[in-house]
Amino acid sequence: MVSEDAFAAVALPHLDAALNLARWLTGSAADAEDVVQEAMVRALTYFSSFRGGSSRAWILQIVRNTAYGALKARHGERLAGHTSFDEAGGIEDLPDLADGPEKSLMLADDLSRIDGLIERLPVELRETLVLRELEELSYREIAHVTAAPIGTVMSRLWRARKMLVRAAAEGEAR
Amino acid sequence: MSAADCGKLLLLQAELDGELDAAEAAALAEHRAGCAVCAQGRAALLAAREAMRAATYHRASAEFRHALAARLRTDRGGAGRSEPRLRPVRWPGPTWWGPLTTFGAGAALAAAIILTVSPMGRQGIVAQLVDDHVRALQPGHLLDVVSTNQHTVKPWFDGRLDFAPPVKDLAGDGFPLVGGRLDYLHGRDVAVLVYTHGKHVVELFVWPASGEATEPARADRHGYHVIHWTAAGMSLSAVSDLEPAGLEQFVRDWQHSP
Repeated sequence: MVSEDAFAAVALPHLDAALNLARWLTGSAADAEDVVQEAMVRALTYFSSFRGGSSRAWILQIVRNTAYGALKARHGERLAGHTSFDEAGGIEDLPDLADGPEKSLMLADDLSRIDGLIERLPVELRETLVLRELEELSYREIAHVTAAPIGTVMSRLWRARKMLVRAAAEGEAR
Repeated sequence: MSAADCGKLLLLQAELDGELDAAEAAALAEHRAGCAVCAQGRAALLAAREAMRAATYHRASAEFRHALAARLRTDRGGAGRSEPRLRPVRWPGPTWWGPLTTFGAGAALAAAIILTVSPMGRQGIVAQLVDDHVRALQPGHLLDVVSTNQHTVKPWFDGRLDFAPPVKDLAGDGFPLVGGRLDYLHGRDVAVLVYTHGKHVVELFVWPASGEATEPARADRHGYHVIHWTAAGMSLSAVSDLEPAGLEQFVRDWQHSP
């Protein structure tokens, strides 16, 4: 029998992180709670196979897989649309900053819009960005959570940031 | 703005993300001292970081936190019953099978699956019903509302479900109603009416049916029996470790009760 106390001690400190990731992946508060609950139950089931290491990455990996399952069940075609993203050319180019980087720095002052810009990122880029910027996971941990090579994590992160800055600049120009 | 690729942008990014060791950082510093692309790249990365600082961090509400913690504790007893209710999740794993061997010891496993696909829609629902039933038999899991009064149980479901389950007390037939709870079956919330018969517990799962009325059909699993039928727009599944004849009697009593 699994010790629920031991599990709770490992898992519950990461509840905010779990909910944050689930919310950014599913886009809805109710779905996020459903996903987190299911993920925590799964995590409890698998807890005996947890070998230590980063418990946050472990929990987030389960949350992420659970969220993907929920997303696929709901609208698989939308997820499928982004699979070729990493193959697109021009990985290491700069964002188009029409008014220069100083201007784009100011864009961040518009706090209300940033959530909407993140939500419009393809899910692979969105999750990588959220894990890095909001959860402050290392590349290695992000690679673990998203089941991607570190090189892919790096290029996704770059693309995510580039798209974000570009989208912010475009919004500003309007 | 067209920017040439200096080949170091991902390294530059890694530096800002604190992923470079001292030697790598030193090598990069030498390059980017005279690199205009890097200067712009760095500004863009900083802009993105600054923007992300304004992103919402979604935190678990206190209510959800408490409910989940209670949920994770419930295996050790009735803790958490008064906590906000969460949609029940099926708990796989070894803790399920303890009660099964206890309650089902010696029972025949060879029962014919009369319910194949047709009446229940999807295969596996017998297993789910029995699993839900067994889980409910664990301490603290059985009832969300305790009442022997159908006029208390029925309104309790109002507002918790998108349908009104029929509630009957069969105390006169030897199956007193002891309460009800919500459960989750194949993607939807269902009502569960809980009855007792001697030391046995009989649970009646109720959810809206789409098809026509069907006659009761029985399936067996691990010593538990499931009788399913459809009537008046409702799917009904009675689940118990009561012997088949007893459970069939329950179903007849239910059907004939006003």
